[in-house]
Amino acid sequence: MAGMTDTHVPATLAEFRDEFLELPAADRLELLLEFANELPPVSDEIASHPEMCERVAECQSPVYIYIEVTDGVVTMHATAPPEAPTTRGFASILVQGLTGLTADEVLAIPNDYPQSIGLTRLVSPLRIGGMTGMLMRAKRQVEAKR
Amino acid sequence: MAVDHDTSSAKFAEYAAPGRLVSTEWLAANLDTPGLVVVESDEDVLLYETGHIPGAVKVDWHTELNDPVVRDYVDGEGFAELLSRKGISRDDTVVIYGDKNNWWAAYALWVFSLFGHEDVRLLDGGRDRWIAEGREITTAKTERPATQYPVVERDDSTLRAYKDDVLAFIGKGPLIDVRSPEEYNGERTTAPAYPEEGSLRAGHIPTAQSVPWGKAVAEDGGFKPRAELEAIYRDGAGIKDGDDVIAYCRIGERSSHTWFVLQHLLGFENVRNYDGSWTEWGSAVRVPIVSGSEPGSL
Repeated sequence: MAGMTDTHVPATLAEFRDEFLELPAADRLELLLEFANELPPVSDEIASHPEMCERVAECQSPVYIYIEVTDGVVTMHATAPPEAPTTRGFASILVQGLTGLTADEVLAIPNDYPQSIGLTRLVSPLRIGGMTGMLMRAKRQVEAKR
Repeated sequence: MAVDHDTSSAKFAEYAAPGRLVSTEWLAANLDTPGLVVVESDEDVLLYETGHIPGAVKVDWHTELNDPVVRDYVDGEGFAELLSRKGISRDDTVVIYGDKNNWWAAYALWVFSLFGHEDVRLLDGGRDRWIAEGREITTAKTERPATQYPVVERDDSTLRAYKDDVLAFIGKGPLIDVRSPEEYNGERTTAPAYPEEGSLRAGHIPTAQSVPWGKAVAEDGGFKPRAELEAIYRDGAGIKDGDDVIAYCRIGERSSHTWFVLQHLLGFENVRNYDGSWTEWGSAVRVPIVSGSEPGSL
């Protein structure tokens, strides 16, 4: 196995990060809510087979993710309940940011990406940990399925 | 000028402090009553933005009631600045509601009580009941003119217990552990849905009794009637009048819920919330810990 790997923030996630950071802090939660509202519904297959999904224990609400790797390209699916908009926001950022990347590109995402988008103070360090949990589990699934 | 109590409920009338709860019906009728402010406190920081009771302001326990650096609450100046900005006056009646059976609403109410804000009440059934009843929810921004809330020094001696208080307290009065049985027994260092709030060791404080917080909640999501609560806490846990009681959980939000029950619904006079709770005790060097299903002893 390789030793130190370089991390790299892929274009979409970098764009999202910049969008947050460019906003005054007071407006960033609103952007997170917009992301929450963009979380796409999962396919019927996944919706009817919850056992396919992995529960993200780091999140306070029931959040499930499922990674597909087809021909080396990653698709991320996630569900999170409507009464957990912060968690839906986190999931939406990752679903949009990871889908379409290669496995290598996903694995190169720095694990502290969630702490780099200017939300930690606004949601509290405890809550942002949920997004880190989601990212790390997604990377593990990518590694296992590539 | 405080707003009249909700006297419509026979259930409330039986409690030690009936005025500490309001019903959804009462609140709906009083949304525009002068001197009343509605506050939403949730586990999810964005839930309010998805829709809230008309006129309600958000107070987020994590990001607004806590000091951002030191594990403690905001001080008198911080609380005054926050409440002034939210448009709450010292003599306002504050009704707090939230998700998760009012966990965070109870925690916010307890913090307001540390600052001696006299008239704070909970909405029985919380956010879920208001929504389930099809009552009005709005995303319209609430505008309240800023007020001049006074700087009040926080009182940490009456309602709050520190780790050293608890160390000295073991064996002297009822300690109530409101976590799940698996956390109490020592099978888990974290609650299943909250692995971020872990600790290095599992178990419970010696002599603590296991009375999970949810025992106080009825099937309809409101608090159980007084007689049932007495059976749980007085007969079951053996709490007697005149006892000093300390309640704890992981970070103090569920024990705030139980604190509210013991203090305001059952009328025990010396109830403290150990807000450091298991995230502190379970990682503290050389504090006594017991595992298994018995309370144990020192």
